[in-house]
Amino acid sequence: MNSLIQTAIEQGLVFSVLAIGVFITYKILDFADLSVEGTFPFGAFIFARFITLGINPLLSTLFAFSFGTLAGLITYTLNIKLKIKALLSGILTMTLLYSINLRINGKSNVGLFNYSSIFDNVEVIIVLVIIVAMVKILMDLFLKTEVGYLLIATGDNETLVKSLGENCDKYKLIGLMLSNGLVALSGALMAQFQGFADINMGTSIIVVALASIIIGDTVFKNSRKLRGTTRAIIGAVTYKFIGAVAIDLGLEPSDLKAISALIVIAFLSYNTFSPNISLKSFKKQKREGAL
Amino acid sequence: MLNINNLFKNFNMGTENELIVFEDFNLNIIKGECTSILGANGCGKSTLFNIISGVLTQEKGDIILNDKNINQLKENERAQFIGRVHQNPSMGVSPSLTILENISLSDKKCQKFGLKRLINKNKIDDFRAVLKTLDLGLEDKLNTEVKFLSGGQRQSLSLLMATLKKPELLLLDEHTAALDPKTSRLIMEKTKELIKTHSITTMMISHNVRDAIKYSDRIIMLDKGNVVLDVRNGDITEKELVSIYNSKHFDSSLPEAV
Repeated sequence: MNSLIQTAIEQGLVFSVLAIGVFITYKILDFADLSVEGTFPFGAFIFARFITLGINPLLSTLFAFSFGTLAGLITYTLNIKLKIKALLSGILTMTLLYSINLRINGKSNVGLFNYSSIFDNVEVIIVLVIIVAMVKILMDLFLKTEVGYLLIATGDNETLVKSLGENCDKYKLIGLMLSNGLVALSGALMAQFQGFADINMGTSIIVVALASIIIGDTVFKNSRKLRGTTRAIIGAVTYKFIGAVAIDLGLEPSDLKAISALIVIAFLSYNTFSPNISLKSFKKQKREGAL
Repeated sequence: MLNINNLFKNFNMGTENELIVFEDFNLNIIKGECTSILGANGCGKSTLFNIISGVLTQEKGDIILNDKNINQLKENERAQFIGRVHQNPSMGVSPSLTILENISLSDKKCQKFGLKRLINKNKIDDFRAVLKTLDLGLEDKLNTEVKFLSGGQRQSLSLLMATLKKPELLLLDEHTAALDPKTSRLIMEKTKELIKTHSITTMMISHNVRDAIKYSDRIIMLDKGNVVLDVRNGDITEKELVSIYNSKHFDSSLPEAV
Protein backbone atom coordinates (compact mmCIF):
# COMPACT_ATOMS: atom_id res chain seq x y z
CA MET A 1 0.00 0.00 0.00
CA ASN A 2 2.79 2.42 0.92
CA SER A 3 4.53 2.10 -2.40
CA LEU A 4 1.15 2.44 -4.07
CA ILE A 5 0.56 5.72 -2.27
CA GLN A 6 4.02 6.95 -3.13
CA THR A 7 3.53 6.11 -6.80
CA ALA A 8 0.16 7.84 -6.71
CA ILE A 9 1.71 10.99 -5.26
CA GLU A 10 4.56 10.93 -7.77
CA GLN A 11 2.18 10.45 -10.68
CA GLY A 12 -0.05 13.13 -9.21
CA LEU A 13 2.90 15.54 -9.24
CA VAL A 14 3.68 14.71 -12.88
CA PHE A 15 0.04 15.37 -13.72
CA SER A 16 -0.05 18.62 -11.72
CA VAL A 17 2.16 20.21 -14.37
CA LEU A 18 -0.41 19.05 -16.93
CA ALA A 19 -3.24 20.38 -14.76
CA ILE A 20 -1.58 23.80 -14.37
CA GLY A 21 -1.18 23.92 -18.15
CA VAL A 22 -4.82 23.09 -18.81
CA PHE A 23 -5.82 25.50 -16.01
CA ILE A 24 -4.48 28.35 -18.17
CA THR A 25 -6.72 27.56 -21.13
CA TYR A 26 -9.74 26.05 -19.40
CA LYS A 27 -10.05 28.30 -16.35
CA ILE A 28 -8.25 31.50 -17.28
CA LEU A 29 -8.88 31.85 -21.02
CA ASP A 30 -12.16 29.91 -21.04
CA PHE A 31 -10.85 28.03 -24.09
CA ALA A 32 -11.57 24.29 -24.32
CA ASP A 33 -8.24 23.23 -25.83
CA LEU A 34 -8.29 19.54 -26.75
CA SER A 35 -4.89 19.73 -28.45
CA VAL A 36 -3.34 18.61 -25.13
CA GLU A 37 -4.22 15.01 -26.05
CA GLY A 38 -1.59 15.34 -28.76
CA THR A 39 0.75 17.70 -26.92
CA PHE A 40 1.26 15.36 -23.95
CA PRO A 41 2.74 12.49 -26.02
CA PHE A 42 4.40 15.12 -28.23
CA GLY A 43 6.42 16.26 -25.21
CA ALA A 44 7.29 12.64 -24.44
CA PHE A 45 8.44 11.93 -28.00
CA ILE A 46 10.44 15.16 -28.27
CA PHE A 47 12.19 14.20 -25.03
CA ALA A 48 12.81 10.67 -26.36
CA ARG A 49 14.22 12.07 -29.59
CA PHE A 50 16.74 14.33 -27.87
CA ILE A 51 17.73 11.88 -25.16
CA THR A 52 18.37 9.12 -27.72
CA LEU A 53 20.55 11.59 -29.61
CA GLY A 54 22.69 11.79 -26.47
CA ILE A 55 21.54 15.15 -25.18
CA ASN A 56 21.45 15.89 -21.47
CA PRO A 57 18.11 14.85 -19.84
CA LEU A 58 17.45 18.26 -18.29
CA LEU A 59 18.03 19.98 -21.61
CA SER A 60 15.86 17.39 -23.40
CA THR A 61 13.07 18.09 -20.90
CA LEU A 62 13.36 21.83 -21.57
CA PHE A 63 13.25 21.13 -25.32
CA ALA A 64 9.98 19.27 -24.75
CA PHE A 65 8.56 22.45 -23.16
CA SER A 66 9.78 24.70 -25.97
CA PHE A 67 8.49 22.46 -28.74
CA GLY A 68 5.21 22.09 -26.85
CA THR A 69 4.62 25.84 -27.09
CA LEU A 70 4.56 25.41 -30.88
CA ALA A 71 1.46 23.20 -30.54
CA GLY A 72 -0.19 26.22 -28.90
CA LEU A 73 0.89 28.33 -31.85
CA ILE A 74 -0.83 25.90 -34.26
CA THR A 75 -4.11 25.98 -32.29
CA TYR A 76 -3.87 29.78 -32.12
CA THR A 77 -3.36 30.06 -35.87
CA LEU A 78 -6.32 27.78 -36.58
CA ASN A 79 -8.61 29.50 -34.12
CA ILE A 80 -7.67 33.18 -34.42
CA LYS A 81 -6.18 33.54 -37.89
CA LEU A 82 -8.29 30.97 -39.75
CA LYS A 83 -11.39 31.55 -37.58
CA ILE A 84 -11.97 27.85 -36.86
CA LYS A 85 -13.95 27.24 -33.68
CA ALA A 86 -11.89 26.65 -30.52
CA LEU A 87 -13.00 23.07 -29.96
CA LEU A 88 -12.35 22.06 -33.56
CA SER A 89 -9.00 23.89 -33.63
CA GLY A 90 -7.84 21.81 -30.68
CA ILE A 91 -9.06 18.58 -32.25
CA LEU A 92 -7.30 19.42 -35.54
CA THR A 93 -4.01 20.18 -33.74
CA MET A 94 -4.34 16.92 -31.81
CA THR A 95 -4.93 14.99 -35.04
CA LEU A 96 -1.97 16.67 -36.74
CA LEU A 97 0.23 15.86 -33.75
CA TYR A 98 -0.73 12.17 -33.84
CA SER A 99 1.06 11.71 -37.16
CA ILE A 100 3.87 14.06 -36.18
CA ASN A 101 4.42 12.08 -32.96
CA LEU A 102 4.83 8.88 -34.98
CA ARG A 103 7.36 10.62 -37.22
CA ILE A 104 9.54 12.08 -34.47
CA ASN A 105 11.22 8.79 -33.59
CA GLY A 106 9.85 6.72 -36.47
CA LYS A 107 7.93 4.43 -34.12
CA SER A 108 4.94 4.40 -31.82
CA ASN A 109 6.77 3.30 -28.67
CA VAL A 110 10.26 4.30 -27.55
CA GLY A 111 11.80 2.52 -24.55
CA LEU A 112 13.90 4.85 -22.39
CA PHE A 113 15.15 2.47 -19.69
CA ASN A 114 18.64 2.47 -21.14
CA TYR A 115 18.93 6.24 -21.23
CA SER A 116 19.58 8.71 -18.47
CA SER A 117 16.78 10.77 -16.95
CA ILE A 118 16.44 13.69 -14.55
CA PHE A 119 15.51 11.16 -11.87
CA ASP A 120 18.88 9.38 -12.02
CA ASN A 121 20.74 10.97 -9.12
CA VAL A 122 18.07 12.19 -6.72
CA GLU A 123 14.88 10.61 -5.33
CA VAL A 124 12.07 10.83 -7.89
CA ILE A 125 9.72 12.56 -5.48
CA ILE A 126 12.25 15.27 -4.59
CA VAL A 127 12.92 16.09 -8.24
CA LEU A 128 9.20 16.24 -8.90
CA VAL A 129 8.47 18.44 -5.90
CA ILE A 130 11.18 20.87 -7.03
CA ILE A 131 9.86 21.01 -10.59
CA VAL A 132 6.23 21.40 -9.56
CA ALA A 133 7.15 24.09 -7.02
CA MET A 134 9.12 25.97 -9.66
CA VAL A 135 6.29 25.79 -12.19
CA LYS A 136 3.78 26.92 -9.58
CA ILE A 137 5.87 29.83 -8.28
CA LEU A 138 6.74 31.07 -11.77
CA MET A 139 3.10 30.84 -12.87
CA ASP A 140 1.88 32.68 -9.76
CA LEU A 141 4.46 35.42 -10.30
CA PHE A 142 3.52 35.66 -13.97
CA LEU A 143 -0.17 36.01 -13.15
CA LYS A 144 0.64 39.00 -10.92
CA THR A 145 2.31 40.90 -13.75
CA GLU A 146 0.60 43.35 -16.08
CA VAL A 147 0.61 40.79 -18.89
CA GLY A 148 -0.65 38.10 -16.51
CA TYR A 149 -3.61 40.22 -15.46
CA LEU A 150 -4.44 40.95 -19.09
CA LEU A 151 -4.43 37.19 -19.73
CA ILE A 152 -7.04 36.80 -16.97
CA ALA A 153 -9.02 39.80 -18.26
CA THR A 154 -9.01 38.35 -21.81
CA GLY A 155 -10.74 35.22 -20.54
CA ASP A 156 -13.11 37.37 -18.50
CA ASN A 157 -14.12 40.21 -20.80
CA GLU A 158 -12.54 40.90 -24.19
CA THR A 159 -14.36 44.23 -24.51
CA LEU A 160 -12.50 45.50 -21.45
CA VAL A 161 -9.13 44.40 -22.82
CA LYS A 162 -9.80 46.24 -26.08
CA SER A 163 -10.92 49.32 -24.17
CA LEU A 164 -7.51 49.25 -22.46
CA GLY A 165 -5.95 49.58 -25.90
CA GLU A 166 -4.76 45.99 -26.08
CA ASN A 167 -5.23 43.23 -28.64
CA CYS A 168 -6.86 40.13 -27.09
CA ASP A 169 -5.31 37.81 -29.67
CA LYS A 170 -1.87 38.46 -28.24
CA TYR A 171 -2.94 37.20 -24.84
CA LYS A 172 -4.68 34.16 -26.27
CA LEU A 173 -1.43 33.30 -28.04
CA ILE A 174 0.57 33.68 -24.83
CA GLY A 175 -1.95 31.54 -22.93
CA LEU A 176 -2.12 28.77 -25.52
CA MET A 177 1.65 28.56 -25.95
CA LEU A 178 2.32 28.54 -22.22
CA SER A 179 -0.38 25.95 -21.64
CA ASN A 180 0.84 23.57 -24.34
CA GLY A 181 4.44 24.04 -23.25
CA LEU A 182 3.54 22.91 -19.74
CA VAL A 183 1.51 19.96 -21.03
CA ALA A 184 4.48 18.84 -23.15
CA LEU A 185 6.75 19.27 -20.12
CA SER A 186 4.39 17.02 -18.17
CA GLY A 187 4.55 14.47 -21.02
CA ALA A 188 8.36 14.52 -20.92
CA LEU A 189 8.29 13.94 -17.15
CA MET A 190 5.84 11.06 -17.61
CA ALA A 191 8.06 9.44 -20.25
CA GLN A 192 11.00 9.54 -17.83
CA PHE A 193 8.87 8.40 -14.91
CA GLN A 194 7.44 5.34 -16.68
CA GLY A 195 10.53 4.69 -18.83
CA PHE A 196 8.95 4.94 -22.26
CA ALA A 197 7.10 7.24 -24.64
CA ASP A 198 3.99 5.82 -26.22
CA ILE A 199 1.64 7.11 -28.90
CA ASN A 200 -1.41 6.32 -26.75
CA MET A 201 -0.25 8.03 -23.57
CA GLY A 202 -2.31 11.11 -24.43
CA THR A 203 -5.62 9.30 -24.81
CA SER A 204 -8.25 10.89 -22.54
CA ILE A 205 -5.52 12.87 -20.77
CA ILE A 206 -7.84 15.89 -20.96
CA VAL A 207 -10.16 14.07 -18.54
CA VAL A 208 -7.28 13.67 -16.08
CA ALA A 209 -6.49 17.38 -16.35
CA LEU A 210 -10.09 18.50 -16.00
CA ALA A 211 -10.64 16.04 -13.15
CA SER A 212 -7.67 17.54 -11.30
CA ILE A 213 -8.93 21.09 -11.79
CA ILE A 214 -12.50 20.21 -10.83
CA ILE A 215 -11.42 18.27 -7.73
CA GLY A 216 -9.15 21.12 -6.64
CA ASP A 217 -11.98 23.59 -7.13
CA THR A 218 -14.52 21.45 -5.30
CA VAL A 219 -12.50 20.55 -2.26
CA PHE A 220 -11.46 24.12 -1.63
CA LYS A 221 -14.51 25.75 -3.10
CA ASN A 222 -14.84 28.55 -0.59
CA SER A 223 -11.25 29.25 0.19
CA ARG A 224 -10.49 32.38 -1.78
CA LYS A 225 -6.95 32.51 -0.46
CA LEU A 226 -5.92 29.41 -2.39
CA ARG A 227 -4.53 30.10 -5.87
CA GLY A 228 -5.70 28.18 -8.93
CA THR A 229 -2.27 26.65 -9.38
CA THR A 230 -2.29 25.24 -5.85
CA ARG A 231 -5.78 23.84 -6.41
CA ALA A 232 -4.63 22.16 -9.63
CA ILE A 233 -1.71 20.48 -7.82
CA ILE A 234 -3.86 19.31 -4.91
CA GLY A 235 -6.52 18.14 -7.37
CA ALA A 236 -4.05 16.13 -9.47
CA VAL A 237 -2.55 14.38 -6.44
CA THR A 238 -6.01 13.69 -4.95
CA TYR A 239 -7.22 12.33 -8.26
CA LYS A 240 -4.29 9.91 -8.60
CA PHE A 241 -4.71 8.96 -4.96
CA ILE A 242 -8.39 8.06 -5.41
CA GLY A 243 -7.43 5.97 -8.45
CA ALA A 244 -4.73 4.16 -6.44
CA VAL A 245 -7.15 3.39 -3.63
CA ALA A 246 -9.62 1.98 -6.16
CA ILE A 247 -6.95 -0.33 -7.56
CA ASP A 248 -5.92 -1.30 -4.05
CA LEU A 249 -9.52 -2.23 -3.29
CA GLY A 250 -9.32 -4.80 -6.07
CA LEU A 251 -10.41 -3.03 -9.24
CA GLU A 252 -8.50 -3.88 -12.41
CA PRO A 253 -6.13 -1.32 -14.00
CA SER A 254 -8.30 -1.66 -17.11
CA ASP A 255 -11.15 -0.13 -15.10
CA LEU A 256 -9.08 3.05 -14.51
CA LYS A 257 -10.60 5.10 -17.33
CA ALA A 258 -14.12 4.36 -16.12
CA ILE A 259 -13.02 5.28 -12.59
CA SER A 260 -11.61 8.57 -13.94
CA ALA A 261 -14.89 9.44 -15.58
CA LEU A 262 -16.84 8.44 -12.45
CA ILE A 263 -14.61 10.62 -10.25
CA VAL A 264 -15.28 13.62 -12.51
CA ILE A 265 -19.04 12.90 -12.54
CA ALA A 266 -19.08 12.53 -8.75
CA PHE A 267 -17.28 15.83 -8.13
CA LEU A 268 -19.29 17.73 -10.72
CA SER A 269 -22.62 16.54 -9.34
CA TYR A 270 -21.42 17.28 -5.83
CA ASN A 271 -20.77 20.84 -7.02
CA THR A 272 -24.23 21.10 -8.53
CA PHE A 273 -26.27 19.65 -5.71
CA SER A 274 -24.34 20.38 -2.55
CA PRO A 275 -25.45 23.30 -0.44
CA ASN A 276 -22.75 25.87 -0.06
CA ILE A 277 -20.87 24.08 2.67
CA SER A 278 -17.34 25.01 3.54
CA LEU A 279 -15.16 24.34 6.50
CA LYS A 280 -15.34 28.01 7.40
CA SER A 281 -19.12 28.27 7.36
CA PHE A 282 -19.29 24.99 9.24
CA LYS A 283 -17.07 26.42 11.96
CA LYS A 284 -19.02 29.64 11.99
CA GLN A 285 -22.32 27.85 12.43
CA LYS A 286 -20.79 25.76 15.17
CA ARG A 287 -19.63 28.90 16.95
CA GLU A 288 -23.05 30.40 16.67
CA GLY A 289 -24.53 27.29 18.14
CA ALA A 290 -26.50 26.26 15.09
CA LEU A 291 -24.85 22.85 15.00
CA MET B 1 -14.52 67.79 -32.31
CA LEU B 2 -16.12 64.66 -33.73
CA ASN B 3 -17.24 64.87 -37.33
CA ILE B 4 -19.06 62.08 -39.06
CA ASN B 5 -19.11 62.72 -42.78
CA ASN B 6 -21.16 61.00 -45.48
CA LEU B 7 -21.58 57.79 -43.54
CA PHE B 8 -22.96 54.74 -45.29
CA LYS B 9 -23.62 51.53 -43.39
CA ASN B 10 -25.61 48.54 -44.40
CA PHE B 11 -25.83 45.07 -42.96
CA ASN B 12 -25.99 41.82 -44.97
CA MET B 13 -25.23 43.60 -48.21
CA GLY B 14 -26.45 41.78 -51.31
CA THR B 15 -28.75 39.39 -49.45
CA GLU B 16 -32.49 39.51 -49.00
CA ASN B 17 -31.87 40.59 -45.39
CA GLU B 18 -30.01 43.70 -46.50
CA LEU B 19 -30.62 46.55 -44.10
CA ILE B 20 -29.45 50.05 -44.83
CA VAL B 21 -28.88 51.82 -41.51
CA PHE B 22 -27.14 54.99 -42.64
CA GLU B 23 -27.24 56.62 -46.03
CA ASP B 24 -25.14 59.78 -46.29
CA PHE B 25 -25.36 60.49 -42.56
CA ASN B 26 -23.59 63.54 -41.16
CA LEU B 27 -23.09 64.64 -37.59
CA ASN B 28 -20.90 67.16 -35.84
CA ILE B 29 -20.32 66.92 -32.10
CA ILE B 30 -19.07 70.04 -30.32
CA LYS B 31 -16.15 69.91 -27.92
CA GLY B 32 -16.99 69.94 -24.23
CA GLU B 33 -20.67 69.32 -24.73
CA CYS B 34 -22.89 66.50 -23.61
CA THR B 35 -25.08 65.41 -26.51
CA SER B 36 -28.01 63.08 -25.97
CA ILE B 37 -29.04 60.74 -28.76
CA LEU B 38 -32.68 59.71 -28.60
CA GLY B 39 -34.52 57.29 -30.81
CA ALA B 40 -36.46 54.05 -30.85
CA ASN B 41 -34.82 50.64 -31.14
CA GLY B 42 -33.44 50.06 -34.60
CA CYS B 43 -32.98 53.74 -35.44
CA GLY B 44 -29.20 53.32 -35.61
CA LYS B 45 -28.04 54.68 -32.24
CA SER B 46 -26.01 51.65 -31.23
CA THR B 47 -24.71 51.12 -34.76
CA LEU B 48 -23.49 54.72 -34.67
CA PHE B 49 -21.62 54.11 -31.40
CA ASN B 50 -20.19 50.85 -32.72
CA ILE B 51 -18.89 52.65 -35.81
CA ILE B 52 -17.39 55.50 -33.76
CA SER B 53 -15.63 53.11 -31.39
CA GLY B 54 -14.47 50.79 -34.16
CA VAL B 55 -16.49 47.66 -33.35
CA LEU B 56 -18.14 47.95 -36.78
CA THR B 57 -16.69 49.36 -39.98
CA GLN B 58 -18.70 51.52 -42.33
CA GLU B 59 -18.98 50.99 -46.06
CA LYS B 60 -18.30 54.66 -46.80
CA GLY B 61 -17.71 57.87 -44.92
CA ASP B 62 -15.18 59.33 -42.51
CA ILE B 63 -14.94 59.49 -38.76
CA ILE B 64 -12.88 62.54 -37.85
CA LEU B 65 -11.89 63.00 -34.23
CA ASN B 66 -10.12 66.26 -33.37
CA ASP B 67 -9.22 66.80 -37.04
CA LYS B 68 -7.77 63.31 -37.31
CA ASN B 69 -9.30 60.66 -39.52
CA ILE B 70 -9.59 57.53 -37.38
CA ASN B 71 -11.16 55.27 -40.05
CA GLN B 72 -8.14 53.02 -40.20
CA LEU B 73 -7.73 52.58 -36.45
CA LYS B 74 -8.92 49.34 -34.86
CA GLU B 75 -11.16 49.25 -31.82
CA ASN B 76 -8.28 48.84 -29.39
CA GLU B 77 -6.30 51.61 -31.07
CA ARG B 78 -9.22 54.03 -30.77
CA ALA B 79 -9.34 53.34 -27.03
CA GLN B 80 -6.66 55.98 -26.47
CA PHE B 81 -9.19 58.67 -27.47
CA ILE B 82 -12.53 57.08 -26.67
CA GLY B 83 -14.03 55.75 -23.45
CA ARG B 84 -17.27 53.78 -23.51
CA VAL B 85 -19.71 52.64 -20.85
CA HIS B 86 -22.11 49.91 -21.93
CA GLN B 87 -25.65 49.08 -20.90
CA ASN B 88 -24.51 45.84 -19.27
CA PRO B 89 -22.52 46.76 -16.13
CA SER B 90 -20.29 43.69 -16.57
CA MET B 91 -19.00 44.86 -19.97
CA GLY B 92 -16.73 47.50 -18.48
CA VAL B 93 -15.04 45.41 -15.80
CA SER B 94 -13.27 42.11 -15.34
CA PRO B 95 -15.64 40.30 -12.93
CA SER B 96 -13.16 37.76 -11.56
CA LEU B 97 -10.62 40.43 -10.62
CA THR B 98 -10.85 42.64 -7.54
CA ILE B 99 -11.75 46.34 -7.56
CA LEU B 100 -8.10 47.22 -7.01
CA GLU B 101 -6.95 44.99 -9.88
CA ASN B 102 -9.60 46.40 -12.22
CA ILE B 103 -8.77 49.99 -11.45
CA SER B 104 -5.04 49.29 -11.71
CA LEU B 105 -5.62 47.88 -15.19
CA SER B 106 -7.55 50.97 -16.29
CA ASP B 107 -4.82 53.17 -14.84
CA LYS B 108 -2.42 51.55 -17.33
CA LYS B 109 -4.80 52.12 -20.26
CA CYS B 110 -2.98 52.50 -23.58
CA GLN B 111 0.43 52.26 -21.98
CA LYS B 112 2.86 49.41 -22.44
CA PHE B 113 1.87 46.28 -20.51
CA GLY B 114 4.95 44.32 -19.53
CA LEU B 115 6.27 41.90 -16.93
CA LYS B 116 6.19 44.38 -14.05
CA ARG B 117 3.86 43.74 -11.14
CA LEU B 118 0.49 45.31 -11.91
CA ILE B 119 -0.41 46.38 -8.38
CA ASN B 120 1.59 49.43 -7.37
CA LYS B 121 1.35 49.91 -3.62
CA ASN B 122 2.13 53.63 -3.92
CA LYS B 123 -0.98 54.20 -5.99
CA ILE B 124 -3.47 52.50 -3.69
CA ASP B 125 -4.22 55.68 -1.76
CA ASP B 126 -4.88 57.57 -4.99
CA PHE B 127 -7.30 54.86 -6.12
CA ARG B 128 -9.01 54.94 -2.75
CA ALA B 129 -9.49 58.69 -3.10
CA VAL B 130 -10.98 58.33 -6.59
CA LEU B 131 -13.31 55.55 -5.45
CA LYS B 132 -14.39 57.67 -2.50
CA THR B 133 -15.79 60.24 -4.91
CA LEU B 134 -18.38 57.64 -5.94
CA ASP B 135 -19.69 57.61 -2.41
CA LEU B 136 -20.55 53.91 -2.50
CA GLY B 137 -18.04 52.66 0.02
CA LEU B 138 -16.05 50.90 -2.70
CA GLU B 139 -12.83 52.35 -1.29
CA ASP B 140 -13.16 49.91 1.62
CA LYS B 141 -13.71 46.93 -0.68
CA LEU B 142 -10.53 47.13 -2.74
CA ASN B 143 -9.93 43.40 -2.48
CA THR B 144 -13.49 42.33 -3.29
CA GLU B 145 -13.95 40.58 -6.60
CA VAL B 146 -16.10 42.70 -8.88
CA LYS B 147 -18.53 39.82 -9.53
CA PHE B 148 -19.73 40.20 -5.94
CA LEU B 149 -20.76 43.84 -6.46
CA SER B 150 -24.27 44.97 -7.30
CA GLY B 151 -25.14 46.16 -10.80
CA GLY B 152 -25.08 49.79 -9.70
CA GLN B 153 -21.71 49.45 -7.98
CA ARG B 154 -20.30 47.67 -10.99
CA GLN B 155 -21.61 50.33 -13.36
CA SER B 156 -20.15 53.11 -11.19
CA LEU B 157 -16.82 51.33 -11.33
CA SER B 158 -17.12 50.95 -15.13
CA LEU B 159 -17.80 54.65 -15.42
CA LEU B 160 -14.83 55.47 -13.24
CA MET B 161 -12.56 53.13 -15.21
CA ALA B 162 -13.70 54.53 -18.56
CA THR B 163 -12.96 58.09 -17.45
CA LEU B 164 -9.87 57.54 -15.28
CA LYS B 165 -7.57 58.45 -18.16
CA LYS B 166 -9.75 61.36 -19.35
CA PRO B 167 -10.84 60.27 -22.83
CA GLU B 168 -11.35 62.89 -25.53
CA LEU B 169 -14.77 61.43 -26.21
CA LEU B 170 -16.99 59.50 -23.82
CA LEU B 171 -19.72 57.25 -25.21
CA LEU B 172 -22.51 56.34 -22.80
CA ASP B 173 -24.57 53.55 -24.31
CA GLU B 174 -27.81 53.48 -22.28
CA HIS B 175 -25.57 53.07 -19.30
CA THR B 176 -28.34 53.40 -16.73
CA ALA B 177 -30.95 51.31 -18.55
CA ALA B 178 -30.22 48.10 -16.65
CA LEU B 179 -30.46 49.74 -13.24
CA ASP B 180 -33.36 50.48 -10.92
CA PRO B 181 -34.66 54.09 -10.93
CA LYS B 182 -32.84 55.14 -7.76
CA THR B 183 -29.47 53.69 -8.76
CA SER B 184 -29.97 55.01 -12.26
CA ARG B 185 -30.41 58.54 -10.90
CA LEU B 186 -27.35 58.13 -8.73
CA ILE B 187 -25.22 57.02 -11.68
CA MET B 188 -26.53 59.91 -13.81
CA GLU B 189 -25.50 62.37 -11.08
CA LYS B 190 -22.04 60.79 -10.87
CA THR B 191 -21.78 60.90 -14.64
CA LYS B 192 -22.66 64.60 -14.68
CA GLU B 193 -20.07 65.32 -11.98
CA LEU B 194 -17.32 63.42 -13.82
CA ILE B 195 -18.10 65.04 -17.17
CA LYS B 196 -18.21 68.53 -15.69
CA THR B 197 -15.06 68.18 -13.57
CA HIS B 198 -12.97 66.89 -16.44
CA SER B 199 -14.95 68.66 -19.20
CA ILE B 200 -15.18 65.49 -21.28
CA THR B 201 -17.04 65.64 -24.59
CA THR B 202 -19.86 63.13 -24.22
CA MET B 203 -22.42 61.36 -26.36
CA MET B 204 -25.20 59.67 -24.44
CA ILE B 205 -27.71 57.23 -25.85
CA SER B 206 -30.86 57.21 -23.81
CA HIS B 207 -34.50 56.24 -23.95
CA ASN B 208 -35.22 58.57 -21.11
CA VAL B 209 -36.40 61.96 -22.35
CA ARG B 210 -36.22 63.45 -18.87
CA ASP B 211 -32.54 62.48 -18.50
CA ALA B 212 -31.81 63.99 -21.88
CA ILE B 213 -33.38 67.32 -20.82
CA LYS B 214 -31.77 67.26 -17.41
CA TYR B 215 -28.23 66.30 -18.28
CA SER B 216 -27.36 67.32 -21.82
CA ASP B 217 -26.46 70.50 -23.68
CA ARG B 218 -27.85 69.30 -26.97
CA ILE B 219 -30.49 66.77 -27.95
CA ILE B 220 -30.50 64.83 -31.18
CA MET B 221 -33.25 62.47 -32.27
CA LEU B 222 -32.65 59.75 -34.83
CA ASP B 223 -35.23 57.97 -36.92
CA LYS B 224 -34.34 55.36 -39.54
CA GLY B 225 -30.77 56.59 -39.71
CA ASN B 226 -31.62 60.27 -40.09
CA VAL B 227 -31.38 63.19 -37.71
CA VAL B 228 -35.00 64.29 -37.28
CA LEU B 229 -34.40 66.71 -34.44
CA ASP B 230 -31.31 68.65 -33.37
CA VAL B 231 -31.93 71.23 -30.66
CA ARG B 232 -30.05 73.05 -27.93
CA ASN B 233 -31.27 72.19 -24.49
CA GLY B 234 -33.51 75.04 -23.33
CA ASP B 235 -34.95 75.58 -26.79
CA ILE B 236 -37.47 72.83 -26.18
CA THR B 237 -39.68 71.86 -23.26
CA GLU B 238 -39.91 68.35 -21.92
CA LYS B 239 -43.53 68.17 -23.05
CA GLU B 240 -42.69 69.13 -26.62
CA LEU B 241 -39.85 66.64 -26.73
CA VAL B 242 -42.03 63.83 -25.43
CA SER B 243 -44.69 64.58 -28.00
CA ILE B 244 -42.16 64.58 -30.86
CA TYR B 245 -40.60 61.39 -29.52
CA ASN B 246 -43.95 59.64 -29.35
CA SER B 247 -45.14 60.88 -32.73
CA LYS B 248 -41.97 59.58 -34.37
CA HIS B 249 -41.60 56.27 -32.73
CA PHE B 250 -44.66 54.98 -31.09
CA ASP B 251 -47.86 53.44 -32.13
CA SER B 252 -50.65 55.12 -30.17
CA SER B 253 -51.70 51.73 -28.80
CA LEU B 254 -48.39 51.40 -26.92
CA PRO B 255 -47.62 53.05 -23.60
CA GLU B 256 -46.04 56.40 -24.13
CA ALA B 257 -42.57 57.55 -23.21
CA VAL B 258 -42.16 59.78 -20.19
